[in-house]
Amino acid sequence: MLNASTLLLIPLLPLLSFLFISFIGKKYLPTLSGTISVLVLSVSAFLAIAVAYNYFFVVGMTNGIYEAIIPMKLEWLRFSPGVSIDMGIILDPISVMMLVVVTFISLMVHIYSLGYMKGEERFAVYYSFLDLFTFSMLGLVMASNLFQMYFFWELVGVSSYLLIGYYFTKPSAVAAAKKAFIVTRFADLGFLIGILVLSFHSGTLDIQTLIARLTTSDTTFYASATFTGFMGVSSLTWGLALVFIGGAGKSAMFPLHIWLPDAMEGPTPVSALIHAATMVVAGVYLVARLFPIYAISSPHLLELIGYIGIISSVLAAIIACTQTDIKRVLAYSTISQIGYMLASLGVSTYGGLNGEGFSASMFHLFTHAFFKALLFLCAGSVIHYVHSNEVKDMGGLRKKMPITHLCFLLACLAIAGIPPLSGFFSKEEILAAAFAHNQTIFYIAWLTAGLTSFYMFRLYFLTFWNKDYVNHHESHEHHSEGSWNMKLPLLILMLGAVGAGVVPFHHLITSDGQPYESEFHLNITLMAVGLSLFAIIIATIFYRKKNNLSDKISSSISQLYDFAYHKFYFDEVYQFVTQRILFNTIGALSSWFDKNIVNGVVNTTAFITEAFSETIKPVQSGKVQGYALAFLFGILGLIAILFFFNF
Amino acid sequence: MNLLVLLILVPVVALLLSVFINAEKVKNVILLGAVAELILCFELLREFMLERAAGNNAPYLFEIVYPWFKTWNINFHAGVDGISVSMLLLTSLVTVAAILVSWKVDEKPREFFMMLMLLTAGAVGFFISMDLIMAFFFLELAVVPKFLLIAHWGSGRKVYSATKLALMLMAGSSLILVGTLLLYVQSNGSFDITVLQSLHLDSETQRLIFPLMFLGFGVFTALFPFHTWVPDGHSSAPTAGSMFLAGISMKLGGYGCIRFAAILLPEGTQYYSSAIILLSTIAIVYGAFATLMQKDIKYINAYSSVSHCGFVLLGIGMLNQTALTGAVLQMISHGLMTALFFGAIGMIYSRAHTRDVRELGGLLKIMPFIGSIYIIVGLCSLGLPGLSGFVSEMTIFMGAWQVPGTFHKVATILACASIVVTAVYILQAVAKVMLGPVKDSHFLTLTDATWYERSASWLLMLAIIIMGILPMWLAQMISHETAPMAIKFLTVNS
Repeated sequence: MLNASTLLLIPLLPLLSFLFISFIGKKYLPTLSGTISVLVLSVSAFLAIAVAYNYFFVVGMTNGIYEAIIPMKLEWLRFSPGVSIDMGIILDPISVMMLVVVTFISLMVHIYSLGYMKGEERFAVYYSFLDLFTFSMLGLVMASNLFQMYFFWELVGVSSYLLIGYYFTKPSAVAAAKKAFIVTRFADLGFLIGILVLSFHSGTLDIQTLIARLTTSDTTFYASATFTGFMGVSSLTWGLALVFIGGAGKSAMFPLHIWLPDAMEGPTPVSALIHAATMVVAGVYLVARLFPIYAISSPHLLELIGYIGIISSVLAAIIACTQTDIKRVLAYSTISQIGYMLASLGVSTYGGLNGEGFSASMFHLFTHAFFKALLFLCAGSVIHYVHSNEVKDMGGLRKKMPITHLCFLLACLAIAGIPPLSGFFSKEEILAAAFAHNQTIFYIAWLTAGLTSFYMFRLYFLTFWNKDYVNHHESHEHHSEGSWNMKLPLLILMLGAVGAGVVPFHHLITSDGQPYESEFHLNITLMAVGLSLFAIIIATIFYRKKNNLSDKISSSISQLYDFAYHKFYFDEVYQFVTQRILFNTIGALSSWFDKNIVNGVVNTTAFITEAFSETIKPVQSGKVQGYALAFLFGILGLIAILFFFNF
Repeated sequence: MNLLVLLILVPVVALLLSVFINAEKVKNVILLGAVAELILCFELLREFMLERAAGNNAPYLFEIVYPWFKTWNINFHAGVDGISVSMLLLTSLVTVAAILVSWKVDEKPREFFMMLMLLTAGAVGFFISMDLIMAFFFLELAVVPKFLLIAHWGSGRKVYSATKLALMLMAGSSLILVGTLLLYVQSNGSFDITVLQSLHLDSETQRLIFPLMFLGFGVFTALFPFHTWVPDGHSSAPTAGSMFLAGISMKLGGYGCIRFAAILLPEGTQYYSSAIILLSTIAIVYGAFATLMQKDIKYINAYSSVSHCGFVLLGIGMLNQTALTGAVLQMISHGLMTALFFGAIGMIYSRAHTRDVRELGGLLKIMPFIGSIYIIVGLCSLGLPGLSGFVSEMTIFMGAWQVPGTFHKVATILACASIVVTAVYILQAVAKVMLGPVKDSHFLTLTDATWYERSASWLLMLAIIIMGILPMWLAQMISHETAPMAIKFLTVNS
């Protein structure tokens, strides 16, 4: 089961589906392409689950450790001896877990889209892009080589670009796609240079070798990476920090988060897949992949990453409280939850119980994938029903869409961390890890958990309660809450959102592969659940029925509210820096310089030459013999000069 | 018969035939010749790889010498190594594509297609030359037709651009000629690169001759600040002309820099390497920023070519095997990619009759094939993995980073940073030209690509994808040649 051919099928099936739809399906099977794609992906998902089962329960532990298996490694491009991009597969607890998450969520989104995207003109193209994304994401997850990871990392970025810009005749979608690509590209610059730094010192690009060489302090590689430095920081730390910048870009951490809310211009199922469950957690996955190096060789950097995570988390949560676009609220919530995962990694060390942050982070990544994908798909159903993203057009939908309502409510409870839903378990572990290792992060995380419950239930009540639903589209016969293929994924994901917490992560996925026994902290649980319930109650008072309480509160802190509503003016600052400084100043200057100075010199030279030749025009007699003579004398003159200078 | 001789003969025969047949039929003959040339190049590649696999490690294979001017010791000396073979492949691919794209040229078709073939003959001859005068001859053969192509079949300020291009390239050539003559004197009468290579010129001489050769070839490959012919030349040239210019002509320069400057004068290369890196880094960054502000899609590509060709010179300046291999890969990748880019732009221009991004918009909906090509090749330009640009750029970065010293690191970081700017201008152009609502209602009547445009696009597209997905054979073939060069640069000082 865990052989290369089976494993290769998992990413290659979506790739084949992409190629098939692009070249054949698009033209000849425009409506059947979706079904083909769903079938192909269900095979992939089945294989991934089988692989996970085999890895954890059939092969199991050797010497008490879940070991990494490399079933395949092919040299793809060699730079110098030892340093090459290999196309390999790595199987270890985190990659196996991600395989399941990616294929499963992708399958759900594929099924859901059958209904959601029905009747779209470029229906087949949509599926081909989805498959391209799934292929790239699986490649990223399975990568055994750092540069291979970068390879798929970029492919993931491009598939995201194509999907955000799916409605390409809509200027806002085009702008959002461009923004997402450029911001993440900018961050990837860090990743790229980080790879250069790390590979330069370690003499390898293979992740396992890299980890081995940069975590044991008695190797020459380690010495080379730590003795050299820049601005008082060792090369190793710089390399890791730069790699993390790439991860922060993809995972939309502050201050590189600005692309994610705009990315909601894409079709909603795409947001569920890419911008909630899979691609945006790539940054977390990247840090987890290199976790031993971060934790052992650069613990201070890891701590900093934790702070970046928790600050992103709380800022995004504050913004989410003020937004009125259902998808944007969810987008900020995603940033907030990913910040949680990074914070959890930041409070972890390598090995044993002290590595519980790592385990908790992966756990939260797992549970988050279910409830966040569910939230997005529910939002998709709501948008499908009311034809608007704005919560003011919603309200009172609970009677119109009972299944969606139930799913959304359960997902909200899960993200709020109410027992016994999945989010409770993962959040509780994160808080416990933070409490044990970094009290500052713990208190901010605790506060954020409260904010999370508040804005999620604000959204829930505004969408499903608040007022009676008024149909603005009376003119045409209104459809029900969606066809079976839209409801089925909701129900399956709901099971995940409810039950994913039972997976014993500390037995399966730990920082060093060794299971540990987690402890139950009653005081932390009470604190967290208590705050969440309190926040939910407040949200209920404010938003269950239409009243002006919330307006009163927001106007009493109007400055802060405005500040948060405008997303702390991040976009404006970026706009200023890129448009004014980079483009309009440097770009315009370069362009002007080229047109006037460089080109000017050339033209002036030409002009002087021309003027000069006017004066010696008589020389140009038009007689070939004359030219030949001049040419001969010229050559002779040159040779004379050469001899004169003694060459 | 020797394959290399055949490579020269095929275009000559095609040219001779075209003189005698009906002007309308010339394109058929020329296309046939170009396809034959392409097949020959693949055959050459096959035989070359077999030879290398069999352990033939001679620096040049398939060598052949005919005396040309005995008194001056000028020979027709041909031979190829892995770099030349890959350049020949590039040349023949771009030639076929350029001819296909120009299928509907009806302004003096005989002369037009003959000019294209003449350019190919010049480039092919140059890439197999092992004699400096022979190389110079073929180099000039590749310049003159360009002048005529732009001046007669071009658009816009065509005479100005053609003159500028020809004068600047001629100025470069004159530097090369002087360098060549100096080398001739130094070697006691030889133009042969195998002789010149084994010569151990003292460092002062090398330092004197190197700039002549390098700057001379540098003009061809848009070395800053001698790049101004590029934007004007490209924008005025007919589509096939731009494809040739970017796909082949600029590579003549890069190839010349390696073959006739760097290898012959390793100490000179060493001495000036910092200057090369400085100028190429400026070209990369400055070219990229200048591209940001362009409004004409051809200018966008022309300036981006300045930036991308800077990578070639940067790779050379870093003086190690990986970076040199990257430089050659970048030449191939850029040649294929830009030829296709200009091809796509030509298709757009011939339909919409404007190249101004402010007037274009929403074309993807109207011409999905051309639009997809434009977008894919744009993604290649910004270094998307799976396409050729990624392979070459990453190889250069990896090689460049191996060189110790802050100066080199800063140059590498700036070069890496330029790919972000590339992403900005490519996506900006794609967004304005291809996406968004249809700008002008008369665009709605436009048609998508024709069969000949499709075949040209597919040919180059396949090459880009194959190079992007299976780069190992190409990289291996090239690094086999760059390894001894790197050793030579290393051992110069000791």
